[in-house]
Amino acid sequence: MVPIHHFLFLGAALFTIGVIGVLTRKNIMVILMSIELMMNAVNINLIAFSAHLGQTAGQIFAIFVITVAAAEAAVGLGIVIAMFRNKETMNINEIDLMKW
Amino acid sequence: MNFLDLIWLIPLFPAAGFIINGLFGKRMPKAAVGVIASGAVLLAFIFAAGAVYQLSQLPEHERSHVVTVYEWINAGSITAATGEPARFLVNWAFLLDPLSSVMVLVVTGIGFLIHVYSTGYMWEEDGFYRFFAYLNLFMFSMLTLVLGANYVMMFIGWEGVGLCSYLLIGYYFLKKSAGDAAKKAFIVNRVGDWGLATGILLIFVNFGSMDFVTVGEVIREGVAAGTYQMSQPIFIAIALALFVGATGKSAQIPLFVWLPDAMEGPTPVSALIHAATMVTAGVYMVARSNWIYQLAPEAMAVIAIVGALTALFAASIALVQNDIKRVLAYSTVSQLGYMFLALGVGSFVGGVFHLMTHAFFKALLFLGSGSVIHAMHHEQDMRKMGALSKKIPITFYTMAIGTLAIAGIPGLAGFFSKDEILWQAFSSEHGHPALWLIGAIVAGMTSFYMFRLLFMTFFGESHVDHHTEAHIHESPKRMTVPLMVLAAGSILAGYIGLPKWLGPNYFEHWLEPVFEPLKFAGAAAADHAEHSASLEIGMAGVSVAIAIVGLLVAYAAYYKKSNLPERVATQFRGLYTALANKWYVDELYDAVFVNRAKDLGRGLWRFDGKVVDGAVNGTAFSTVQSALGSSWWDRWIVDGLVRLAGGFIKTLSWPIRLSETGYTQNYALVMVLGVLVFVGYVLWGTF
Repeated sequence: MVPIHHFLFLGAALFTIGVIGVLTRKNIMVILMSIELMMNAVNINLIAFSAHLGQTAGQIFAIFVITVAAAEAAVGLGIVIAMFRNKETMNINEIDLMKW
Repeated sequence: MNFLDLIWLIPLFPAAGFIINGLFGKRMPKAAVGVIASGAVLLAFIFAAGAVYQLSQLPEHERSHVVTVYEWINAGSITAATGEPARFLVNWAFLLDPLSSVMVLVVTGIGFLIHVYSTGYMWEEDGFYRFFAYLNLFMFSMLTLVLGANYVMMFIGWEGVGLCSYLLIGYYFLKKSAGDAAKKAFIVNRVGDWGLATGILLIFVNFGSMDFVTVGEVIREGVAAGTYQMSQPIFIAIALALFVGATGKSAQIPLFVWLPDAMEGPTPVSALIHAATMVTAGVYMVARSNWIYQLAPEAMAVIAIVGALTALFAASIALVQNDIKRVLAYSTVSQLGYMFLALGVGSFVGGVFHLMTHAFFKALLFLGSGSVIHAMHHEQDMRKMGALSKKIPITFYTMAIGTLAIAGIPGLAGFFSKDEILWQAFSSEHGHPALWLIGAIVAGMTSFYMFRLLFMTFFGESHVDHHTEAHIHESPKRMTVPLMVLAAGSILAGYIGLPKWLGPNYFEHWLEPVFEPLKFAGAAAADHAEHSASLEIGMAGVSVAIAIVGLLVAYAAYYKKSNLPERVATQFRGLYTALANKWYVDELYDAVFVNRAKDLGRGLWRFDGKVVDGAVNGTAFSTVQSALGSSWWDRWIVDGLVRLAGGFIKTLSWPIRLSETGYTQNYALVMVLGVLVFVGYVLWGTF
């Protein structure tokens, strides 16, 4: 039996990689993929605790997250494509309409 | 067939002709246009003759037949001066009585002959169909005028004939003089129409009706009951207002100036409209309103004097004119003056009688002159004619008959009617020897200028240039046959109204019901002073003698080769120049009215240019100026305040704004840091 902290380290590592990706990469697609990475890190944590505590709520929640992530991906990709059509770019820094 | 109830059809035949020729005439062959136009008038004549025959079969007091087609205007109610409530009620109704039957027969009969003549005369002209459409429209209007059963119907016809007169005078509309003459006729007639309209409204307000029959009854009853007296101001006012209308339409002083100029129209038009029918509308109207005139002897005196003066004045101008149609035009004015002289001295029968005989011989003379002009290739100056009697014999003989008739030579129509007028001017209770004297002098002048016309045109040496001389030809049958019929009429028409010393006067007897004298309350029927027949014969002899003197003078001056005209012209240079220039009436009217109207127009134009335009331009200028001021205010004050507010907020907000970098990742970083801080804070408490 793999002890729980292994899973927690893996989840923490994946989450950190995701955060760094979101904060540093300029390509919107890559940022979206980083967000997916963070959600999957959360899923691992949920599954790990579910197994550790012997409760099924974590698993159900993980499946719920996957579902929401699918919807999020669809909406996010739609926004990205619409944005690309308008701006002809994937660079997040060129999308700065909210700038003062 | 009961023609009496079909009199409403009489005006409709020419109206149909007008519509057909007006709409489709352009694409129809000329012959068809001529047949439709003439046929329409012929149908009207047949129906008119049938109706008049049936009217004559009725007992005398029933000879007044009204046919109401439909109620046309029914508006407004007033209390008439009679005290009775009255509605402004106008029926589309026709009246056939002895007076209108004379008129309708003259109009349709002579109208038909002139239509036939025109098909020959106008054959070569442009707009052949247009001419006949107008001519038919004229017939419609004229028949509405004489058959209308109330003053409004008469007024419609009155205006309709005025319009047609305008259209036909201006028929050669490419000629400026024709257009000017048409306008002159129309505008001068407007002055008269104002008088007529005023008279009609006065009649309505005072008698509560505009139907001839009703108005006549109201007046007769009022007179019998003693409510209306002789010379009541209202009768004088109405009589004079109506007479103003008559002076316009029938070319009396002071509104006669348009008629001589109206000769710019084609000759058949001059014959039909400006000699035989339309210009007699004023005579008809006064005769129709005779009950009003009987109560206004002052107005009658005015009419008699105006008529006599017009007769004299126009005849004097005719003495020296050289244009064949102008002589006839002034002659028409002069003869119309005779008719009004007759009306003015109370001889309504005499006026209408002369109207009828004049229609025959003046139409004949005009058509004859048209035939001369036709033969001479549109030459109208008599000085360039001469010796035509052999070349165009039918025209010559018929015109000679017309001349004899108008000159008052015994045995022809003009003698009887003119003699009746002169006798009445002398003997009637409204008459005066001076009026007779003027009439007699005019008779001599008439004889002189008509024979002068005849001699200059048909006798003496030929002054025709060789080119035209070779082409002189008698007119076609379509033109000569109407001439012959009219010549027969010019001889025979007088015999229905013989003077008392010669035989029965059928004409007077026929018209008696219409011109019945008013019976005053308590007064016995006024019995006319009986003059001896020998005096009447003597007067007739005098007028014939005067006519023959006129003939002989013309013979001496123009038939024999003589320099008499030149000598007289030199002797009385001033008078001659004044006559040749038509007494300078046109110049006088130009100076007094036309140029003043033009001055007024120019003044108003200047007022427009300076004051109205100035006000508009000033308004525009001040609008621009105030807009500039307003725009400065907007730009600097209003916009400035807005910008100030904006700038104020902007300035205050600059430190906060700096945080809004617009980089998504900056926001994400803040988020992450915030999470870390919270997590750190939570963990801090744990350890």
